[in-house]
Amino acid sequence: MSSHFSNEPMLEIFIHETSQLVEKLEQSILDSEKASCYTLPAINEIFRIMHTIKGSSSMMMFNNLAALAHAMEDLFFYLREEKPKDVDCNSLSDLVFEGVDFIKLEIIKIKNGEEADGNAALLINRIRHYLLSLKKEDGKLDLSPAEKGAEVEKQHYYISQDKPQVQVPQNHYHAVVYFEDGCEMENIRAYTIIHNLKDLTSEYVYYPEDIIENDESVQIIREKGFEIYLQTECSYQEMNDFFMKTVFLKDLKLEKMERTDEPAWAFRKAQKAGEEAYKERSKASVETALHREEKESLSTGHPSIISVNVQKLDKLMDLVGEMVIAEAMVTQNPDLVGLQLDNFQKAARQLRKITSELQDTVMSIRMVPLVTTFQKMNRIVRDMCKKLDKDVKLEIIGEETEVDKNIIEHISDPLMHLVRNALDHGIEAQEDRHTKGKPSKGTITLEAKNAGSDVVITVRDDGRGLNKAKILERARENGLLYRPEEEMTESEVFNLIFLPGFSTKEKITEFSGRGVGMDVVTKNIEAVGGTVTVDSKQDCGTTVVLKIPLTLAIIDGMNARVGKSCFTIPTTSVKQSFRPKATDILTDPDHNEMIMVRGQCLPIIRLHKLYNVQTEVRSLTEGIIIMVENNQKTCCIFADELLGQQQVVVKALPNYIKKLRHIRGLAGCTLLGDGSISLILDAAELADYR
Amino acid sequence: MADKLVQDIYDQEEDTQKGKYLTFSLGNELYGIEIKHVTEIVGLQPITEVPELPDYIKGIMNLRGKIIPLMDVRLRFKKPFRDYNDRTCVIVIDIDDLSIGLIVDSVSEVISIADSEIVPPPELNKVGNRYIKGIGKVGNEVKLLLDCDKLLLEDEANCLTSIIE
Repeated sequence: MSSHFSNEPMLEIFIHETSQLVEKLEQSILDSEKASCYTLPAINEIFRIMHTIKGSSSMMMFNNLAALAHAMEDLFFYLREEKPKDVDCNSLSDLVFEGVDFIKLEIIKIKNGEEADGNAALLINRIRHYLLSLKKEDGKLDLSPAEKGAEVEKQHYYISQDKPQVQVPQNHYHAVVYFEDGCEMENIRAYTIIHNLKDLTSEYVYYPEDIIENDESVQIIREKGFEIYLQTECSYQEMNDFFMKTVFLKDLKLEKMERTDEPAWAFRKAQKAGEEAYKERSKASVETALHREEKESLSTGHPSIISVNVQKLDKLMDLVGEMVIAEAMVTQNPDLVGLQLDNFQKAARQLRKITSELQDTVMSIRMVPLVTTFQKMNRIVRDMCKKLDKDVKLEIIGEETEVDKNIIEHISDPLMHLVRNALDHGIEAQEDRHTKGKPSKGTITLEAKNAGSDVVITVRDDGRGLNKAKILERARENGLLYRPEEEMTESEVFNLIFLPGFSTKEKITEFSGRGVGMDVVTKNIEAVGGTVTVDSKQDCGTTVVLKIPLTLAIIDGMNARVGKSCFTIPTTSVKQSFRPKATDILTDPDHNEMIMVRGQCLPIIRLHKLYNVQTEVRSLTEGIIIMVENNQKTCCIFADELLGQQQVVVKALPNYIKKLRHIRGLAGCTLLGDGSISLILDAAELADYR
Repeated sequence: MADKLVQDIYDQEEDTQKGKYLTFSLGNELYGIEIKHVTEIVGLQPITEVPELPDYIKGIMNLRGKIIPLMDVRLRFKKPFRDYNDRTCVIVIDIDDLSIGLIVDSVSEVISIADSEIVPPPELNKVGNRYIKGIGKVGNEVKLLLDCDKLLLEDEANCLTSIIE
């Protein structure tokens, strides 16, 4: 069935929405767990998320999902309404996480066009049991579970986001309170009742209304008593007890009203219309209005964020690029030459400003901060800590670093593997850490930063580090040694762990050790053209560095012209640019040119010679020298002139050319504002080239 | 049922493209290229040269934000280079996600050539007509039908020699 619908936009939206909700849910549970208590906003949020999932999955006919969401919703409804004390935070989190995992699994199934056939019955039962035990502990189990369930379900429709506290209780009461004669300040006493009542219910009206402001109300209360209409879940006995506690109480008339009293109720409510607008919705309209309001607010979730198909973004980017060219074609049209067109120029300037702004915006749309990817790791660390009985803290640095959407998709899996590996293989068991004199709490650091034209993501642990001898031994066993051991440097040995089929962990655990993890890391990172390196120190920890290159990332580039060609050098690698003096230039017997810069002798790479470009500027003193540095290697690039600096979107060279051969020193190409293409130079490779 | 209908539509579309060739000229010869490979035909635009490539790859071009390589078919076939003029066209073809623009002297028309009118190229020697899939007869003329896959993919050997040179 689901495969039949796999392309339906509804389903797509459902999948997308639900996975986002689940992510949010996970985050709030994690936060709550860290704080080891569920705050009211958190409970509310979880409740709302569950409610939405329930609604949308029953709409999409995924009944198992709906049932599970319903059970969780019940649980959180209870937590929210009754605020039971001494909730076992851990077991609650575990339970909810299990539910989250179940939903995730089903979503994946649905995504792949399979039937969402997981059986949630067991889990639901456990949630029910948990709820039941909570109620028992709280001593409020006055209703049979089934009844309670039905009741709860009915109520959900009234809960709106902005007013999460509202209860829509079943029992309607009419109370008339008479105070003792001569007790004075009846209005204040009445107010006290109302004030106390707020803890029990928020659905009430009373008469006279203006008890505080109007002194005459005292008279009315004295004569007619203080009338209260209210709705609550509390039983008659409870309400009676409540009112009996009132001081100076002379007489109390408390009656339970039937539904037939509705009109009176509504009428009373209508009287209050002025001051507390939200409280007196007459029953029918409340139901629909709230329902609608809730649906709206829930379905949008984050109103400030919408999700867009990446292909559409690409298209948009191309179109904007085209528009920039078209703009240049209009404003610099040869037909305009020599004409005095003040108004046209003014309009053209405006157009140019808007197009360039548009271009910048479109370029930035694709960039997504790493924060969600990083936060996913929290969950992994938490789960593994529990299972492996380790105490590990995940530190996240630089999660605001923005990365292209494509890249995020590619690095999420590798990161997960790395964190798992660090936790499972890296961090020692608590006793071991103790004997080594390390803090018993291990630390895994996840750090992202922009470095030059790359994004560097570091996964660092303070665990036992890599064991060189063991790696070599294992590599020997698996026949992975490609060179004599003695000749291998330390880092070469460490990098053996990235080979397929390598695993040093004797025991295969649930989380890692099948010898595929690291291999997946390299594969995924290489797919986006990145590199993985590892460094380690015995007993101090291991550091894995993912260097993700500039594919589609936006970089600041310095444009330089050589002949008719334009080259872009990532600004981050440019140290300085200058026009050389003839006296600084040296030539060695092999005709290699060098230049003295601040006492350093640096090689000169003539771009026109290197890439065989026709140009008139051949003398070094007529052109410009751009000094670039990358990985501690410095060289000087000689070009005709500098054109300026701008942000560019890096595009890969066409596949055809990539297949043909790798061109030394070229990292990709980019489109300039006028639609022409500039080649992006890879400073590191150029420096190596010599 | 619906699936079948969709399939039919696809088949029809496939049918309309089948047996149709876009013909272009290169000097005196007329070549044909299967229409299903052709994405579009554009006039020549500024070319950005890319270093270290075989001479028949003239460089790259910005096709509405998409960057595609350009191959001069004349040079590919070891014919003398001719300056580009107003009639010079770029045929953008798309094969297995590889987009490439072919620079040709001029584009003439789209014609249908029935399979029965296509004869295999004469087997002169193995090296000679690697890129010709067949020869189509249209009236009195013959068109050389190009094998796009080979045109694009089978040049590693060539590439190597050009580097050695």
